[in-house]
Amino acid sequence: MAFGQGRSGGARGKAGDKKTGEKGQAQRRPMFRRRKVCKFCADKIDDINYKDVKLLTPFVPERGKILPRRISGTCAMHQRKLQTAIKRARQLALVPYVTE
Amino acid sequence: MASRQYELVYILPPDTTEQQVTDLHGQLEQVVSRMSGAIERHESWGRRKLAYEIAHHKEGVYVLEVINGPGELMKELDRRLRVMDMVMRHTIVRVDEEKQVVDRTRTKRQSNSERRRVKRGLPPVRQPGEGRSRDAEDEDNVYSGLEIGPDEGA
Repeated sequence: MAFGQGRSGGARGKAGDKKTGEKGQAQRRPMFRRRKVCKFCADKIDDINYKDVKLLTPFVPERGKILPRRISGTCAMHQRKLQTAIKRARQLALVPYVTE
Repeated sequence: MASRQYELVYILPPDTTEQQVTDLHGQLEQVVSRMSGAIERHESWGRRKLAYEIAHHKEGVYVLEVINGPGELMKELDRRLRVMDMVMRHTIVRVDEEKQVVDRTRTKRQSNSERRRVKRGLPPVRQPGEGRSRDAEDEDNVYSGLEIGPDEGA
């Protein structure tokens, strides 16, 4: 399952350009950002299971989209596993595809 | 080759009775046993709210079966479940390989930590009250906000 990967990469590059353009010149003070840690690495969760709805829901915001890595801070390996788990859970109507 | 393990989850309409669920389970069991497989675990999750409507139903009865058997068996089960009107939705996922990987990483991590702890002269298993608590870790995270992202440095 590789859909959506290329798109997210492009979006990230664009967002980065914008930030340096606006913030970097307007205010010279470095932006303080909280360090993000992959939840699954930190909590040592090995198994991202599609049946574990409680584990998945924080990564599926209201709209129903999968939360991107740049926001959640999940590492690449776990994001991949999370992605397949969410897509499986969607098939079983445990997690929504879209919500109005 | 070791036998494969699959998980089958299917959703039935909310108005199905216990009897119907057990009937369907019996039917599936027949097919499984005929094709030299075995049902390892049978689990009914009961009625659950669906995340979206399926066939104009807002709720469904979820049933999980963990099955050991060859791929042809699952193909046959898939075909049968597709034909059944009662089953609103079903999914089959192969789990044995993933399970192996998970077990391996878990045991590896544990043995590594034990080895390190023994080297440091500590007992192999973490004692209660040892190390930093969860709250302390959170405080640490607040401080590490100092880190500057790669795009600000340029």
